[in-house]
Amino acid sequence: MTVVRVEQKVLNENQRIAVDLRRRFQEHDILCLNLVSSPGSGKTTLLENTLAAFRPEEKVAVLTGDLQTENDARRLARYGFPVQQIVTGGVCHLDGKMIERHLEPWSLADIDVLFIENVGNLVCPSSYDLGEEAKIVLLSVTEGEDKPLKYPSIFLKSSLLILTKVDLLPYVPFDIEAAKANARQINPGIEILEISCTTGKGMDEWRAWLEKRRSQHHANAGTAAVSG
Amino acid sequence: MHEVGIATSILEAGHRETERRPGARLMGIGVRIGVLSGVDVDALRFAFECITAETEDEKVVLTTEPCPRMNRCQDCGHEFSSLQSSPFSDAPCPRCLSTRTTFVSGDQLDIAFIEVEEP
Repeated sequence: MTVVRVEQKVLNENQRIAVDLRRRFQEHDILCLNLVSSPGSGKTTLLENTLAAFRPEEKVAVLTGDLQTENDARRLARYGFPVQQIVTGGVCHLDGKMIERHLEPWSLADIDVLFIENVGNLVCPSSYDLGEEAKIVLLSVTEGEDKPLKYPSIFLKSSLLILTKVDLLPYVPFDIEAAKANARQINPGIEILEISCTTGKGMDEWRAWLEKRRSQHHANAGTAAVSG
Repeated sequence: MHEVGIATSILEAGHRETERRPGARLMGIGVRIGVLSGVDVDALRFAFECITAETEDEKVVLTTEPCPRMNRCQDCGHEFSSLQSSPFSDAPCPRCLSTRTTFVSGDQLDIAFIEVEEP
């Protein structure tokens, strides 16, 4: 029997596609954000409220993943920006190939910000790089504040934690400070926002975060273009 | 939850590497799995058994090597693992007791080696 050293990632093929997607996003100066959460934490609602605040001439697009139905794409298409549903047919996460395929009909030159709404799942999406600039994890206050400890991988890999539905805090036993401490126990550098799409609380901070990432990304893309 | 997909990717990668050696037969695959990889080792082993059962890969042995979370102390630079395979960063630096630490590794999902029988 011969032992052969291999040293490669199990998800090598996905990684290859993700690296290629990231290069294309960089070339076209696209800020790509991958939103991950449990089902029902408010990804689609946050995206609806986010799209509503963009000016019609801005170049925003959304890919939204679900196991079944086109319901989310229908909800998001009302805001006038290009939206495509990715129906995974039972697969519990999005992978690089699905993103690549669904970008085909679009001209990347017509996109500045691309939101990817992942399948509602805190486990599997953490393993699949989609070429995004950042992962954003949502946690609603109707869930448990120990979720970051139960599902550490996605909290480690996310740049931003958005605590959603904070208007419900008076009615639920959710300890928001404990939730933040738990997230920082996994990922000390994670940024945290508190949002309510019902009252609008935190939406200004969320838009400011997006603007900050857009200008950072733009500056980086510029540097890459000059050096490349 | 996605362990069947991961097990399939492992087996495919094992065969890809074996095919580079003419006449070789795949007998084993070794993978490294970090505590923060999002993959459950028992579920993965079960999935691997299921996809290889009653196939020509039935005898392929899957070896899993769990990897701890490694942290680096921001004050003295020492690298150390979190206590008891925990995914958390809260363990202080064992050398200088600082709690200012950064993540180094622990999210591995890597193929380390294959074992082949060669003619």
